[in-house]
Amino acid sequence: MRELLLPLLLAVPLVGSLVLLVAPPRRAERLAAPFGTGVALVTFVVAVVAAATFPETDVPWVPSLGLRLHLGIDGISAPLVLLTSGLTALCMAYLLRIRPEAGRLRALVGLLLLLEVGMLGTFVALDLLLFFVFFEVVLVPMWLVIAQWGDDSVPGGRRRAADVFILFTLLGSVVMLLGILLVGLEAGTFDMVELAERQGAGLSRGVQVLAFLALGLGFAVKTPMWPLHTWLPDAHTAAPTVGSVLLAGVLLKMGTYGFVRIALPIVPEGAEVVAPWLGALAVVGIVYGSLACLAQRDLKRLIAFSSIGHMGFVLLGISTLTPVGVNGALYANIAHGLITGLLFFLVGAIKDRHHTAQIEVLGGGLYERMPRLGALLAFGAVASVGLPGLAGFWGEMLVLLGAFDPADPLPRGYYLVLMAVAGVGVVLTTTYFVRLLRRVTQGTSFQAWRDAVLLRDASPHELLVWAPVVVLVLVLGLWPGWLLDASDPVVRALLGGAP
Amino acid sequence: MTAVYVALAAPFLAALLGLLGGRRWPGLVVPVAVGGTTAALVAASVLGGRVVLDAPLSLRVQLADVPTGGPPFGIDLRADGLAAMVSVAVCVVALCVQVYSTAYLKGDPRYSSYAALVSLFTAAMLLVVFADDLMVLLVGWEVMGVCSYFLIGHHWEQEAARAGAVKAFVVTRLGDVGFLFGIFALVRAVGSFSIDEVVRSGVGTERTATVATLLLLCGVVGKSAQFPLHTWLPDAMAGPTPISALIHAATMVAAGIYLVVRLFDVFLQAPTTLAVMAVIACITMLGGALAALGQDDIKRVLAYSTVSQLAYMLAALSVGSAVAANFHLLTHAAFKALLFLAAGSVIHAVGTNLMPDMGGLRRLMPVTFLTMTVGLAALAGLPPFAGFFSKEAVLGAAEETARHGNGVAAAWTGWLVLVVGLITVAVTAAYVTRLWLMTFLGDRRGAAAAHESGPAMRWPLLALAVPSVLLGIVGLRDGWLPRWATRGDAGEVAQASLHVGLATSGVSVLLAVAGAAAMWLAWRRNPAADPTAALRARPAFERAFWVDEMYDRGVVGPVRGMARAVLRADDEVVTGAVRGTGRGATGLGRLVSLSQQGNVQTYLTGLLAGVLLLALGVVTLT
Repeated sequence: MRELLLPLLLAVPLVGSLVLLVAPPRRAERLAAPFGTGVALVTFVVAVVAAATFPETDVPWVPSLGLRLHLGIDGISAPLVLLTSGLTALCMAYLLRIRPEAGRLRALVGLLLLLEVGMLGTFVALDLLLFFVFFEVVLVPMWLVIAQWGDDSVPGGRRRAADVFILFTLLGSVVMLLGILLVGLEAGTFDMVELAERQGAGLSRGVQVLAFLALGLGFAVKTPMWPLHTWLPDAHTAAPTVGSVLLAGVLLKMGTYGFVRIALPIVPEGAEVVAPWLGALAVVGIVYGSLACLAQRDLKRLIAFSSIGHMGFVLLGISTLTPVGVNGALYANIAHGLITGLLFFLVGAIKDRHHTAQIEVLGGGLYERMPRLGALLAFGAVASVGLPGLAGFWGEMLVLLGAFDPADPLPRGYYLVLMAVAGVGVVLTTTYFVRLLRRVTQGTSFQAWRDAVLLRDASPHELLVWAPVVVLVLVLGLWPGWLLDASDPVVRALLGGAP
Repeated sequence: MTAVYVALAAPFLAALLGLLGGRRWPGLVVPVAVGGTTAALVAASVLGGRVVLDAPLSLRVQLADVPTGGPPFGIDLRADGLAAMVSVAVCVVALCVQVYSTAYLKGDPRYSSYAALVSLFTAAMLLVVFADDLMVLLVGWEVMGVCSYFLIGHHWEQEAARAGAVKAFVVTRLGDVGFLFGIFALVRAVGSFSIDEVVRSGVGTERTATVATLLLLCGVVGKSAQFPLHTWLPDAMAGPTPISALIHAATMVAAGIYLVVRLFDVFLQAPTTLAVMAVIACITMLGGALAALGQDDIKRVLAYSTVSQLAYMLAALSVGSAVAANFHLLTHAAFKALLFLAAGSVIHAVGTNLMPDMGGLRRLMPVTFLTMTVGLAALAGLPPFAGFFSKEAVLGAAEETARHGNGVAAAWTGWLVLVVGLITVAVTAAYVTRLWLMTFLGDRRGAAAAHESGPAMRWPLLALAVPSVLLGIVGLRDGWLPRWATRGDAGEVAQASLHVGLATSGVSVLLAVAGAAAMWLAWRRNPAADPTAALRARPAFERAFWVDEMYDRGVVGPVRGMARAVLRADDEVVTGAVRGTGRGATGLGRLVSLSQQGNVQTYLTGLLAGVLLLALGVVTLT
């Protein structure tokens, strides 16, 4: 029974998606959102059970090649699985009342469920090829979601944004596949558990460096790491609310998860060589992203750019190669998923109401016109700034602590510089978020918005959808031990130390 | 420990209740806010009572360990004489402010969230006070910062409030980043986040201690508004006046000083840091006092005076006397909270912050006049008011160091603090006299009819006037203060006594009288005019030596320029990339547009087929 749990986790959304495919169109259109919510909730329950029991599945897949269907879940994948299934369920629940302007709910829900299969599969796969397949599965649904349900507020329109997204990630994936093949063929197995246990034994230094670069490129595009981030702002800005939420909340994490799960333990020598470069690019991303946010004029684009900065922290943590830094990276991963997911929900709600996300057109006075939405935006901003007591703090703090004392072969003085620059990034992040609040929430409203009758504050339905995220941001902020207890032993093992 | 839990939980729960339910049950807002703070005060008083009645207090509890991958940090709390003393002070001021605010913000549409944030602030400050782990302390430290941000921005319709809030948050956070790195340095040296362990085991070499304490000092300088990060505090005066009393005078800004006291053993290992502290303190002390001399806004006078007084505390620390710093922290909390609340009473009555529009309020507001006079006398350091004794303790410590040395701080720092401290005494007396004369004496200048404030605002003034008079005399009683102001080790209590030199005290009183007399003589020539109007250096004082302008030119401008450049560059790269990939996309796009003409089934079928193909491709490739 336990062996069936993880296949079930993937099968539920997959079957849900297939059912929508074959169901009679008209009725399916009407029932799509409730059906999707139900499926996503069942998936979430399965995920909770899986996260509580840590089942594993290992059956032959293509016996002639020695490939196996190896799925598993542990202290670092469980939080991501819960995040994925939880955010998907919330997105579905959001669609119950708030229909995208482009309509066609049946297709949208079907695609989101398919997307969920890919995301969950990536986090539970323990075979490199399986991982790759799931990693790719998410691309097409997300591409369609942006291209079909997006808006044309970006240069070149939503189609261009979607195309750039898929081309960048595909390009990265091809290189990543080469890396996977290199590792698999050199080591003679694609099994991630076995490869991680070997800690690179049997792979020459040259192979390791090459493999880390190839794997890392695929992950870095997804994360995204500066300067490979250029697909992100347009994709996020154009995507519909649910698309942005899942893109920022989960898809970006697949890249950083790949670093921790695959690149660090399987080719550790390669990691040692490349890590200083990774750290430098991460820090550039932090400062670059926050500077871009300071000058940004579009609210949604601003949140998108803020992701580049936050993911820079995650990458910096990974590049320290220490348990502290990697624990911090994983914590920041989850926190960013929740906080930025929430921010995209909120910004989406603001954009839907005003039909614009241009900060100058929106003007101030959100506290006054929509106090609940304004208060939530302030909460999200403060959380994103990394206030202790909210989820965003612990990850970034541990990342900086990791950089203060990086792993042995890494140059400490160099990492101190990286840490100091990242510290400047913290101040810049604070600055652009409080400036955002000052320009959008405080002050008085434009007359045009006061006259608009339809500008309602957040509805009870919206509040219900957002409430779990808000609560989790608080809980993870007040009780960091919850996640760290789970991730710490796994991270130590992956980094080759005693668990 | 129950008292500690109650003190932490009561205001926190009050804040939670207020934020979640304040809108729905407006009738509950006042009882919840005042009740939560009262409960905290009772709990803190229990601790304080134990210190006074029993032997030195020293309680510790470790609630949980949180793994990090390196040394774990713990949810550790402690209660000792120092924590008890500061927590009582925090709760007294907080309660006065909560009561006062019920009247001051009567009818304010956002009163409920205001009261809740004050409660949250109180809880955060108490967390700092009771923390025995650096991470726990940091949580409280930063939560205070964000409460301060929201409360300064309470009147967000006004531009000044918006700008002041942003500035306060960003500037203090700048210091806090250094502070965080300082914590890292301590943790790396000691291998633990526990404050107890850090203090007990020391940090090894002097170099490590110097690096760590200098980094910690960044946070202290930011939070306690010392040069060069002092600029946020005057602008924070855009917040409601009770907030200025609680956060920006009595408690939060003193948290920096409290932190140094907590980790004083580490600072004592780093003479370089102490010297840096002395220089910073002296610049801030005199600069702040001179700036206060040039302000027209009554709250800004008090703000600069806070900056200057906090520098006295830092100066005491720099010459090695934690007890004197603590003494001044305590008396300052009382008389400065009193001064702000009294100023709020004046502002409430006349409807302006500007002293040139006041004058002649002595008869119209007798209670405010009397209590504020007490507060001002304490600030000026006139005997027998509280400020006199604590200031003398600071100067006495400096004299000790200057003359005899104390083994840690260099003698020149003692001389520096002593001389600058004495000059500042004269300047302080001058700006205090100016404020007093321009506000209460002479003829009434404004148009609005002033009147005495109601009981909810009067009583807190009277309550705070008591410690402003008595605290100094109490503090001098042998053995009392050291027991309150230390961590409770017996040896330390015996060591930490106060030195008050008679000669220094005499000089300082003479200087204070001279400063006040000079101001009075200038004022008597024309009671309707500003007595400092004729000063040639007044523009420099008024603009606080143009530090703000320097920041604008040197930091804000370049950062803005960089931000615009980054955005422009990014846009160009993206457009370029789009153009480049556009060609590649056309081929793919054509394929896609074929599939888009069909219905949804076709997409999904195509999609699944694609995934299958991909999977098969991978398998066959290998």
